[in-house]
Amino acid sequence: MRRAHHLSGHSLRLVGTLHFAHPARPRHPSTNLPPRLTCDAVPPRILKIPAEPAALLPDRFQQWFAARGWSPREHQLALLEKAREDRSALLIAPTGAGKTLAGFLPTLVELSSAPATPAKSVVSTGRAVQRSGGLHTLYISPLKALAVDIARNLERPVAEMGLPIKIETRTGDTPVSRRQRQRRYPPDILLTTPEQLALLLSSDDAPFLFSSLERIVLDELHALVTSKRGDLLSLGLARLWRLAPQMRAIGLSATVAEPESLARFLVPQPKDSAESADIVVAGGAAPPLVEMLDTRERLPWAGHSARHALPEIYQLIKANKTTLVFVNTRSQAEMLFQNLWSMNDDNLAIALHHGSLDVAQRRKVEDAMSAGRLRGVVCTSSLDLGVDWGDVDLVVNIGAPKGSSRLMQRIGRANHRLDEASRAVLVPANRFEVLECRVAIDAIAENAQDTPPLRIGALDVLAQHVLGCACGEPFLSDELYAEVRTAAPYADLSRQDFDDVVDFVASGGYALKTYERFARIKQDKEGRWRVANPKVRQSYRMNVGTIVEDDMLKVRLVRSRGGGQGKASGSTGVIARGGRLLGEIEEAFIEGLSPGDTFVFSGEVVRYETLVEDQVYVSRAHDKDPKVPSYMGGKFPLSTYLAERVRRLLDDGRAWSGLPEQVRDWLSLQRDVSRVPAVRELLVESFPRANKHYIVCYPFEGRLAHQTLGMLLTRRLERARARPLGFVANEYAVAIWALGDMSFMIRDGRIDLNALFDPDMLGDDLEAWLAESALMKRTFRNCAIISGLIARRHTGEEKSRRQVLFSTDLVYDVLRKHQADHVLLRAARADAATGLLDLRRLGDMLTRIQGRITHRELDHVSPLAVPVMLEIGRESVYGEAGDELLAEAADELVKEAMG
Amino acid sequence: MTLGARVSGDVEDMRVSKVTISDVTFTADLSGALFWEEQRLLVVSDLHLEKGSSFATRGVLLPPYDTLATLSRLAAVISRHNPKIVIALGDSFHDRSAHERLSADDRDAVAGLQSGRDWIWISGNHDPMLPSDLGGTVADEVAIGPITFRHEPTGAHGEIAGHLHPKARVSARGRSMERRCFASDGMRAVMPAFGAYAGGLSIRDAAFAKIFPKNGFVAHLLGDRRVHAIAASRCY
Repeated sequence: MRRAHHLSGHSLRLVGTLHFAHPARPRHPSTNLPPRLTCDAVPPRILKIPAEPAALLPDRFQQWFAARGWSPREHQLALLEKAREDRSALLIAPTGAGKTLAGFLPTLVELSSAPATPAKSVVSTGRAVQRSGGLHTLYISPLKALAVDIARNLERPVAEMGLPIKIETRTGDTPVSRRQRQRRYPPDILLTTPEQLALLLSSDDAPFLFSSLERIVLDELHALVTSKRGDLLSLGLARLWRLAPQMRAIGLSATVAEPESLARFLVPQPKDSAESADIVVAGGAAPPLVEMLDTRERLPWAGHSARHALPEIYQLIKANKTTLVFVNTRSQAEMLFQNLWSMNDDNLAIALHHGSLDVAQRRKVEDAMSAGRLRGVVCTSSLDLGVDWGDVDLVVNIGAPKGSSRLMQRIGRANHRLDEASRAVLVPANRFEVLECRVAIDAIAENAQDTPPLRIGALDVLAQHVLGCACGEPFLSDELYAEVRTAAPYADLSRQDFDDVVDFVASGGYALKTYERFARIKQDKEGRWRVANPKVRQSYRMNVGTIVEDDMLKVRLVRSRGGGQGKASGSTGVIARGGRLLGEIEEAFIEGLSPGDTFVFSGEVVRYETLVEDQVYVSRAHDKDPKVPSYMGGKFPLSTYLAERVRRLLDDGRAWSGLPEQVRDWLSLQRDVSRVPAVRELLVESFPRANKHYIVCYPFEGRLAHQTLGMLLTRRLERARARPLGFVANEYAVAIWALGDMSFMIRDGRIDLNALFDPDMLGDDLEAWLAESALMKRTFRNCAIISGLIARRHTGEEKSRRQVLFSTDLVYDVLRKHQADHVLLRAARADAATGLLDLRRLGDMLTRIQGRITHRELDHVSPLAVPVMLEIGRESVYGEAGDELLAEAADELVKEAMG
Repeated sequence: MTLGARVSGDVEDMRVSKVTISDVTFTADLSGALFWEEQRLLVVSDLHLEKGSSFATRGVLLPPYDTLATLSRLAAVISRHNPKIVIALGDSFHDRSAHERLSADDRDAVAGLQSGRDWIWISGNHDPMLPSDLGGTVADEVAIGPITFRHEPTGAHGEIAGHLHPKARVSARGRSMERRCFASDGMRAVMPAFGAYAGGLSIRDAAFAKIFPKNGFVAHLLGDRRVHAIAASRCY
């Protein structure tokens, strides 16, 4: 009960998202945006003013509310009414609207009126109550910490009202003895995660455990459904609908672009049509106050550090009680944290929070935060979700906002009182980001959402689920197929895909039928599938889940061997083993370093010494600037929606008046010397520079799609004999350089830009590239793990990660050559459409710009091209390198040998 | 001659580079095979045939195409060099019963490759007992002139071995790539694994330091279109 005493006026704030309250305020002014982008435009059957609170809320509850001087919120009553009507519901509400209590009220009310078993005298001490009614409500959260905190917060009203309700959590940390007890004597309310639900469903006693289930509450649904965890959850739901047809769902979500499709997730989909839960929208949130930092400094052309604005960011922290400073990547967080401390003359309590830090350390920061001991926290998306801790009065977002919904959710972390506006300051780190911040502020003012559409269920997740089903009660293919299709993401699953997945789970799904005798699941005489042996079940249990972590290496600080000449020496003979553990870092990042390179980690500049097994040894470097900028790009690319708005802003010269003068001048100069691209047009510039020839294009489709585009364009230019040497991509543009005079070749007709950018590049060129793409191989590896082809963890043996038994890259090569239509390759390809390669977005762009390419031949680099050109050599291109890289290394040897 | 290796300047055939071991010059083939022109002898190491099905027996259903893939690549390099002798340098089969799982087609393919030439299976730790019904001669090691072929490297002069599956990583400016490679210091060489599912061990591993004393060695990395000779100290 960390913050139970924070009473302010008549609105009590509890830890977690329990929040009670007072009359709703009118929703803020509506908008003139296309309807699908605004939550105000959600269809009519949203919020009926419920009859009478008295009719919905039992006396005990009314008294409890009244005793605290609260009245139930409109949407809280609305959910009670939905429960009474026996309807599933999606509640869309901003943070701080009392979402979680709303989600649990129907459960609490129902359980409070359930007749107590006569044999038992029930004592209401919260946790210690015994009931025999079986599991009543299941609560699913994306974070186990959140599940634990919510359980703690629920205990309070339950205890205060003297309700005979038993509440328990079940996470990876729950001791085995309690897990077993939970299955025999289920609590009334169980709070858990999607992975634990999958595990429970795969047990023999799942029907016993779940047949009594009345309701399921899905928290932070907007975040869950965007990933494969959402697919897994949807399949679990489908199973529950069969085991407990009476079960109704309540989804709790932040505002999304398409509430209707999210509402489909909550109810079983009938064959060949669609069904949705009712939607309840909570009003009353004051619109946030968002501004862009009006810097007095010179705006950088490129980079992501926002170093120019450091003193101003520091002043913001100083001027506020508690400030959350969001950045997009772990390394930015490191860098900013380090810089803020270097100027921290007032000794402000500023902390660091990101996903690579040790869990214990993160928890410590969170606790200090909720105790009100911190003035500022520099954090990444690690704090996008989860428990509401502390009185945050300002959110600062450094760098590109990426998407308006994401930004709104971050801003919602400030000031969880509905009636007060959240305050946020956006700090663009370069000129392009100024444009992005500008349109993000406009989008927020219009409450325009850009969450992605509902996923199409992944086949690798389905494979995991099928194996899980076979671990429980044996199933018939026909029945399971029908069940799976009730899950919204799998509503359109074809029978062929389903059968292929079952075949894959059974014996690998190979055209060459040699593995029948090794099958993992087998059919009995009635055609029911069951696991072939207990080892399969055990392996499933140990590998359930869809989160494939990046390969991480432990970073240890040791003393330098001196010199720093960057000579690798392989053995750590000279380096003392051990050393202080600083944290973990992505293996992919370390692979790009040579010994002697410096980078920022854990708040300081360190020198890479060597790698031994899964330990990276670094020493303290005295350089002020790291040699290798470890900006690996954020996880999320610029949203399509904000990109479109940036293009519109560029195209509308009158709107430039809302931009800082430096940016206006920059754009005006661009208009004079080249051209500012129109909304639908693709501008391509070509110019010579230092004996090389460049082309730069501006699709504004995000870094991932641009990297793919860069790869494919380079291939085509190579075929056109332009002799390309390399390319660099950022969120807005792609620059390619070559030995050939591309300006001349375009003039001459030897390069036809319309042909160069023809969507047919997504045909053979893409195929050829996918064959060797490291990104595609990584995608495949994730599918192989999730589908259960290979295990993350083996039974009985804890293999060290470096003792890799085989490489999935090699498996990919072989499978691709010998069975290109294998179901795992199909799964990987589906991922590539939206994931690391962002193929779908690239395809949409290529189609959009067909016949709309404008070429400008220039004498030198244009103002618009400067930012991307500055990133040459600073931005790492993930993973792709070929003979040229090897040849370069070999040339050095020649020089060494000859010189 | 630096570091016992001559960097390939071969313009017409980029798929190969030269590696000299105890004054014998070999052609390092892009496929990972080594060819001794004078003897018309081809060496491949660590085929690990039936590795896929070996995992399948333990419930990891890797695609069952690795033997086919390995033998196809072997057929290609054999037809490129048309050797008189082929040495399979040990660990040709992933486990002791792997040869029993060979499909009839794959058996025929092996027989086809053997016809018209001498074929020597050298035994390795994965396949200490080689089958007698697969054609070819079985041996623990073979010496020809100054060169000895055996599976596990000992560091002896003139030794060509396998077993370690060398691979090397090269990086520059945040980009990096890792490939299989030959490791050689002019006195001895360790061959890359040829098998489709055979993984690799970094040449910075201590195992290599035991074989190549003091002066360092050169990694001949198998690139996309050519073999690249790079000092081992430059790799990791």
